[in-house]
Amino acid sequence: MNPKKTFPKGGVHPEENKLSSDQPIITFPIPKQAIIPLGQCLGAPAEAIVKKGDEVKVGQLIGTAKGFISANVHSSVSGKVTKVDEVMDHTGYRKPAIFIEVNGDEWLEDIDTSDTLVKDITLSREEIIERVKNHGIVGMGGATFPTNVKLSIPKDKKAEFVIINAAECEPYLTCDNRLLLEKSNEFLVGVKVLMKAVDAPKAIIGIEVNKIKAAELLDKIIREDSYFSGIEVQPLQTKYPQGGEKQLIKACTGREVPSGKLPIETGCVVVNVASTFAIYEAVQKNKPLISRVVTVTGKSVKKPSNFMVRIGTSSMELIEAAGGLPENITNIINGGPMMGKSVSISDFPVIKGTSGILVMTDKEAQPRQVGNCLRCGKCINACPMGLEPYLLSRQAKNNLFEETEASNIMDCIECGSCEFTCPANIPLLDYIRYGKNKTGQIIRSRNQK
Amino acid sequence: MNDILLYSLIVLGVLGGVLAVILYIVAQKFKVEENPLIDEVESNLSGANCGGCGFAGCRAFAEACVKSAADKGNIDGLNCTSSDMSKVAAVLGLTVTAAEPKIAVVRCNGTCENAPKKVHYEGADICAFAHTLYAGSNGCPNGCLGLGDCVKKCNFDAIHIDEVTGLPTVDEEKCVGCGACTKACPRGVIEIRPKGKNSRRVYVSCVNIEKGAIAMKNCNVSCIGCQKCFKECPFEAIEMRGNLAYINPDKCKSCRKCVDVCPRGSILAVNFPPRKPKVEVTESVNNESKE
Repeated sequence: MNPKKTFPKGGVHPEENKLSSDQPIITFPIPKQAIIPLGQCLGAPAEAIVKKGDEVKVGQLIGTAKGFISANVHSSVSGKVTKVDEVMDHTGYRKPAIFIEVNGDEWLEDIDTSDTLVKDITLSREEIIERVKNHGIVGMGGATFPTNVKLSIPKDKKAEFVIINAAECEPYLTCDNRLLLEKSNEFLVGVKVLMKAVDAPKAIIGIEVNKIKAAELLDKIIREDSYFSGIEVQPLQTKYPQGGEKQLIKACTGREVPSGKLPIETGCVVVNVASTFAIYEAVQKNKPLISRVVTVTGKSVKKPSNFMVRIGTSSMELIEAAGGLPENITNIINGGPMMGKSVSISDFPVIKGTSGILVMTDKEAQPRQVGNCLRCGKCINACPMGLEPYLLSRQAKNNLFEETEASNIMDCIECGSCEFTCPANIPLLDYIRYGKNKTGQIIRSRNQK
Repeated sequence: MNDILLYSLIVLGVLGGVLAVILYIVAQKFKVEENPLIDEVESNLSGANCGGCGFAGCRAFAEACVKSAADKGNIDGLNCTSSDMSKVAAVLGLTVTAAEPKIAVVRCNGTCENAPKKVHYEGADICAFAHTLYAGSNGCPNGCLGLGDCVKKCNFDAIHIDEVTGLPTVDEEKCVGCGACTKACPRGVIEIRPKGKNSRRVYVSCVNIEKGAIAMKNCNVSCIGCQKCFKECPFEAIEMRGNLAYINPDKCKSCRKCVDVCPRGSILAVNFPPRKPKVEVTESVNNESKE
């Protein structure tokens, strides 16, 4: 293996707390009722094509993508559609969803449900991208960007590297780590599929050294089997946000994505571990994205676990299976502690982007006393993008959106390192997100004119 | 030493004199002719630059008034809610019928008691941001978030968050109805309504558009779209907007029949005197408004 690398600027190192890293993935029982939200990706929600009373099978298309940045939605269970209604997602807002009453487990005939490893990639480049699109694959690290858009490389660009984001720099989360350990071969075939899809000669798996077992295992398989030639395992320093797209490219290749540009400018395509596995299943087994690994964790959770869950399972059922809700909980987070979002209801359906459910008690997440800015500059040192978070947050707070644009607010990756280091507990990222949202609107409306 | 002082004085004095002459000539040559009435009109405006009139500040409004008076001979349609328009009209040699005074109305009654908090919000104190994050600490996705974007935008110090209820309250004396708070609110909770006769108003204090059953869970005083008021109103002043009743202030005669039938107590009647025997008062109010 190569010596370990990292990105040069900023970053923080929060307590890792990978409580469930030794817990094997447990296949979660099929729920009695699945609630499948139609908006599971960044961009427009899908449009329902089933109605009340319809019988659906596992893998059947139930929502079609609307618009360019949008993804298909498939049924994760078999049974009867009870209603097409709205359901509260983790924010507390009601979003359209399809309710399915589960009856047995009947799959569509053309899906290969066996566990055998299929190595031969028979599909052509275009067919792979089409398959990824039809099977509703999105970035499963949390951003849920449709993967087929990422793989469709503009004519004047060329992909040199496929970079697999196995950094899993978020504390607590272990779902990618477990997937790498337990489905290593499938994952590596997924990498080969990606290499074929974007016609890249090389693939780099960027992995933090706190997952050294997984890194060694992958390295061993790659060295033993010439089929996997071209894939390389790159150990990375354990530092947050190592798994940020731009940080990962910088660490693995030494190239820097220009401001406001996409990773393809540097010849890189970055894909998450869970997405890679989903791509393997979609392309080689014809299986749409209907399940994912979810880490249910927290210091007060009795059995921190990794579950292979059907999309649409209730979060509460997962928490119950991990030992139930502990007393004095103050916070449930959808995702990891750094970039995840606190939920306002405890019972929400698992969607494609749910990588973890983190339960915090009052001891861990005490309400913080917010102070005044000390001008200490810690946030500037922590920012991996080289921005000035204290300045951006103040400009955004005062609605100075021309200034925020000039201060490059749009380059912020919202990693939260600034907020993490702030000794005054100022919710810097909140203000920056607000400013980013507003500045983005202004830029878009200006571009339309 | 004295020489230096003397030369400096002479040089600077001559320079100053020459430049003053040049400036005077330039100022005369490129003088912008401006109607002195504009200044006079502006001096009669409040000077808050609130933008409630639809113009970019008081100066622009004064210009528009003078232009309208010169072109059309009237200033109809131009109204500044925070100033005395009759004075402005007098400056321009016109008379103006006083426009109906307006006031900001907070259409949410989800106080800590009526809509108990279910989650605790910790983060940036900006409504516009919290609105994108979550539905609200009481679960209502349409109601007031109580973080005070409206307070920050008010130029007249007329709106404040009540510590007890957690909702904004409008100071009737100070509010001019400019609408700055309406634009600041990300959820459209605040509406500009006519102040009403003797400041008496009837309005639906809810903007929830969810179905009744869900609205009931979140808040004790939410409008559930039962249409009772809609059927009761003798003046057809109430319209149903989905699951929400809306009282059209132009048609409402303040009879308060809707207040009586509302099973949720979401229709509020403010500044009315306490009721004596029920039927008589409603009639007398009716007669009053008909006159």
